[in-house]
Amino acid sequence: MFPLRLAGLRFAPDGRTVLAGLDLELSGEGISVVLGPNGAGKTLLLRLLAGLLPAHGGSIFWGNSARPDGRLAMVFQQPMLLRLSVLTNVEFALRPQALSPAERKTRTMEVLERVGLAHRVRDCARLLSGGERQRLALARAWAMRPRLLLLDEPTASLDPTATDAVERIIREIRTEGAKVLMTTHNLGQATRLADDIIFLAEGRVQEHEPAQRFFAHPQSPAARAFMQGELPWRIAFAH
Amino acid sequence: METGNSGQFNPAINLRFGPQPNASPGGILATPGGSPTIGVAKPESMTSTLLEALSLLGSFDHRLLDIVLLSLQVSLSALAIGTLVGLPIGAWLAVAEFRGRGALIVVLNALMGLPSVVVGVIVYLALSRSGPFGSYGLLFSPAAMITAQSVLVVPLIAAVTRQIVEDAWREYAPEFSLIGLTRSQSVLLLLADCRFSLTVATLAGLGRAMSEVGAVMIVGGNIDGYTRVMTTAIALETSKGDLALSIALGIVLMSVIVALNVAAHHVRCWAARRYG
Repeated sequence: MFPLRLAGLRFAPDGRTVLAGLDLELSGEGISVVLGPNGAGKTLLLRLLAGLLPAHGGSIFWGNSARPDGRLAMVFQQPMLLRLSVLTNVEFALRPQALSPAERKTRTMEVLERVGLAHRVRDCARLLSGGERQRLALARAWAMRPRLLLLDEPTASLDPTATDAVERIIREIRTEGAKVLMTTHNLGQATRLADDIIFLAEGRVQEHEPAQRFFAHPQSPAARAFMQGELPWRIAFAH
Repeated sequence: METGNSGQFNPAINLRFGPQPNASPGGILATPGGSPTIGVAKPESMTSTLLEALSLLGSFDHRLLDIVLLSLQVSLSALAIGTLVGLPIGAWLAVAEFRGRGALIVVLNALMGLPSVVVGVIVYLALSRSGPFGSYGLLFSPAAMITAQSVLVVPLIAAVTRQIVEDAWREYAPEFSLIGLTRSQSVLLLLADCRFSLTVATLAGLGRAMSEVGAVMIVGGNIDGYTRVMTTAIALETSKGDLALSIALGIVLMSVIVALNVAAHHVRCWAARRYG
């Protein structure tokens, strides 16, 4: 499944280019954080990798294969929760796997314990707070034991305490051997979590560097401007 | 519309309350002169008819009770069949992808407005002695009425279910697809998730079944004590001029429908608080 290689990946719906030949190579360890301005194609990149959208050009190679041979899971910015109990919201994700009902329940309880929701198994998932909802969505993804976990701004609109809890879970998932690829607008979070940074702008990967190096010396003008809080239109205006 | 000598509309005209010995089936009175005329209601007779209707209800008139019980039996049976058939069809159509799906949805939506008399005629032909199911001898029986009402209810429940489940499917499809759920697993989860919204679909089905008159009249025959339900009884008693029984049955019919809607409303409110 790894290294994951993207070669000339294009996405241009209705002739409007969003990704214009994206090249990238990812190893199977650590947390890779995708940064970039709004509309750079961060979420789109995750959706293309998840197979939720077809690319209009280029290729994705999972190791030596065109298809992933390990499990993929994705947590969306707005977690999808059924109007069912917390327990069922995790358990249903295990139904396609060859597990007995008892095994499914054991694994479900195990992850709910680890995300701190074991005491709410009987509650309805839709009544959880924003932070709890995101932890539940992470628990569901974690229970699937993915080889690659895709996270689309998992802490958007969460308070610092909830953000801290989510970040702790992401680190634990990484420690268990899953590769994490996540998007965020929170530079502080990227600093805390990232092993490497992928900076997207204008439909291309502008930089892919180890996190420390990226934050110390961003190479591309777009990344430097982004780090200084410049907006893209201001850069264009300056030029 | 009768307008009287002045040419102005008189709202009292067209109404006649209480037993009318000279009433024709159409409700128009035959006069000694032979030309039909339309009765004029008196306020006191309207009140007495209403009181008579309330008295029938208060005394638990066995005629009225039999009709009400048969109506409930027929309509609830049709609703059960409609739900068992309509829900899976609607949910499947919401998530299925095949050529001609759009056309099938248009047909299903169109069937919601299927005229009940047309269904009555079709079911009549199917169940009549020379029809394909004639050997079962179901014509002019409650079973025939259940069949006709089921035919009316299934498209309605299926179409409303399709819309509700499809809206949920748009929201959940990416996650379900990534998880690798099969279509049948997805359908079951969607039905469970939408269960409270689907009460609207079933209520719509029940409303259609209970208020239906044309089809059950044709296939049931409106036989006293056997296939006479509230709607056919109201139609018959009104034409006979026995407005008290009609009004009593109308009150029961409306009460049942309002009570079911109130119950559904409370279930939805409770569900919103309990399940979000």
